[in-house]
Amino acid sequence: MTAFGKLIRTTAFRLTLVYLLLFALFAASMLGFFAWNTRRMITEQITTTVNADISDLTALFDRRGVRGLLYAIENRALRPDANLYLVVTPSGQAVAGNVGALPRGLMATTGWVETIYQRLEEQDRGPHNALVRISVLSNGFRLLVGRDLEERRRIFGIVARAAQWSILVVVVLGLAGGVFVGRRVLRRIDAMTGTTRRIMEGDLSERLPVGRSGDELDRLADNLNLMLERIEALMAGLKEVSDNIAHDLKTPLTRLRNRAEDALATSRDEADYRAALERTIEESDALIRTFNALLMIARAESGQGGAAEDFDVADVAGGIHELYEPLAEDNGLTLHVEAVPARLRGNRELVSQALANLVENAIKYGKPAAPDADPDATPDAKPDATPRPILIEVRRDGDHVLLGVTDHGPGIPEADRKRATERFVRLEASRTQPGSGLGLSLAQAVAKLHRGELRLEDAAPGLRATLAFPALSGEGWAERSMQPETHPA
Amino acid sequence: MPPDETDNQMRLLIIEDDRESADYLAKAFREVGHIADLAGDGEEGLSMAEGGDYDVLVIDRMLPKRDGLSVIGTLRGKGNRTPALILSALGQVDDRIKGLRAGGDDYLPKPYAFAELLARVEVLSRRQGGPAEETVYRVGDLELDRLSHRVTRGKEEFVLQPREFRLLEYLMKHAGQVVTRTMLLENVWDYHFDPQTNVIDVHISRLRAKIDKGFDRPLLHTIRGAGYMIRDGIR
Repeated sequence: MTAFGKLIRTTAFRLTLVYLLLFALFAASMLGFFAWNTRRMITEQITTTVNADISDLTALFDRRGVRGLLYAIENRALRPDANLYLVVTPSGQAVAGNVGALPRGLMATTGWVETIYQRLEEQDRGPHNALVRISVLSNGFRLLVGRDLEERRRIFGIVARAAQWSILVVVVLGLAGGVFVGRRVLRRIDAMTGTTRRIMEGDLSERLPVGRSGDELDRLADNLNLMLERIEALMAGLKEVSDNIAHDLKTPLTRLRNRAEDALATSRDEADYRAALERTIEESDALIRTFNALLMIARAESGQGGAAEDFDVADVAGGIHELYEPLAEDNGLTLHVEAVPARLRGNRELVSQALANLVENAIKYGKPAAPDADPDATPDAKPDATPRPILIEVRRDGDHVLLGVTDHGPGIPEADRKRATERFVRLEASRTQPGSGLGLSLAQAVAKLHRGELRLEDAAPGLRATLAFPALSGEGWAERSMQPETHPA
Repeated sequence: MPPDETDNQMRLLIIEDDRESADYLAKAFREVGHIADLAGDGEEGLSMAEGGDYDVLVIDRMLPKRDGLSVIGTLRGKGNRTPALILSALGQVDDRIKGLRAGGDDYLPKPYAFAELLARVEVLSRRQGGPAEETVYRVGDLELDRLSHRVTRGKEEFVLQPREFRLLEYLMKHAGQVVTRTMLLENVWDYHFDPQTNVIDVHISRLRAKIDKGFDRPLLHTIRGAGYMIRDGIR
């Protein structure tokens, strides 16, 4: 498409054309109305003057007879800017006036007529137009009084020229404006199109140019940029997840394969095979769990929270407390809950699971060392009889709902806290414990899904892990994830 | 432990397009004494389910010709109430809810352990003909009254926590059947995630300490590699 072709196809240019047409029509009708009115006014004025003159002259004739009339007419005809006068005898002989020539037979008529004429003193010049009235006097003489229409024609001419010029100016300015606006819009759109094309070709880091005017195109570009940022983040997350999955599933898969191979090579009896197969199944179950956890993290991180519902965080805390309380006790710990009602909109199941992960961590790392345990695993734990409390807490802090788990274990050194939430990161202290290294990652992803965050703090001694949610964060959350649904039952 | 053929044998229809999985399932079900038919796509599955007198349908979510949810929806629309278990690679809570809304009775994400599937299918099958809604459950000399919330064994009465009561109620409702840890977590606690710890086992051992301790004959059994079962030692 040529540049001009593109230009005239822009919305801005087409709109300009429409406005141009409208304004031209408007200007033309204004001027037309003006011209018509002027013409009417002039005609009225002529009519009034001529009527007055005729009645004046008729009265004069009645008083002073033909001689007085002729004298008066000669007088008036000599004035500057005089009306037109002509007096003819009943036989058609002109006897007085300033009109030289008239169309033949005109003086035989009476009343108003528009005609051409020549002035007496301007015989050499071309004919003019005039509006005249012819009346018959009582002695049979005919009197013509009229007015030249030159003035009317001139005014009309002025108006017509004004109309031509103004329409020309409107058209030229309008077209220029249209081209200017159209090209401006086109340039910006072309810039956007260019950027989008580069983005489509794979460079997701490109951003649309945003001007300073804050107009609709800037707002559009702004929003598109936000969208691009989100897409880029999602893509990066996806890549990271697949890289991690590839990396972290390959290790256990290799181990699985090696064991199977080894069992095949070295097993001597059925019991050996059975043991190897059982180990294989255990390992694949662990693999499946890891895989599920990764998928769930990825989904939560990409904002797919599933059905949103309103729920009380205190209920979640109560439920998890109820579920884990016996387990904590078996591990020589106690689990308490302190909760105030705090409503949240989001995915109850995911929040429950995040809390369960935190509580499981607290139970795993907050327990006193068993007498037969490796003393290096939990160096600070002394085998003591007093149960160490773990506290599940629901608090409101300003516009945040805090769901925290505090233990009295060794805690996480400050330097490691950031790393602790990364996928598959297992800190030195936790290597001796079973686990996938995904618990805190999931808790963090769930917090982020609800526009909150996971805070890890020193509880001196111990760790306080807190899920901080903006209260009623749900509205935005529901919009950007899925349509709100209500769970059955 | 093959079920008593006359008593517990089930007729199953497996609608699954992956031939290998389907054959594996059919073989596994037959080994424990059930009858299993196979359908390879949604249309075939639908017509077999309508014609055959099955106890349970095991339906893959994604099928050629007609997807699993549509098969269930059509059956339910025609008044066929055969219990249906949905197998799906989509394991998220939302997908499960969709599956149950479409008329499925249970939902199991892939991959799964056969023991889990078997336990769930047996519970479903019992549901169809079962006298499950009696007010008093009895296993041996253990009695659970669902109205008065009294639990007694012989002359002894137990004080159970509300959750322990629900746990025992669920186990006794499915007496003689294996219930898995996931089934307990789903049905007693209403959680659908997979705890990394043996949290259910702890609850079971507490319950066991109450109802079995000090009695000659244990009623609450651990089924290795599968879950738990409550039953009178001698059938």
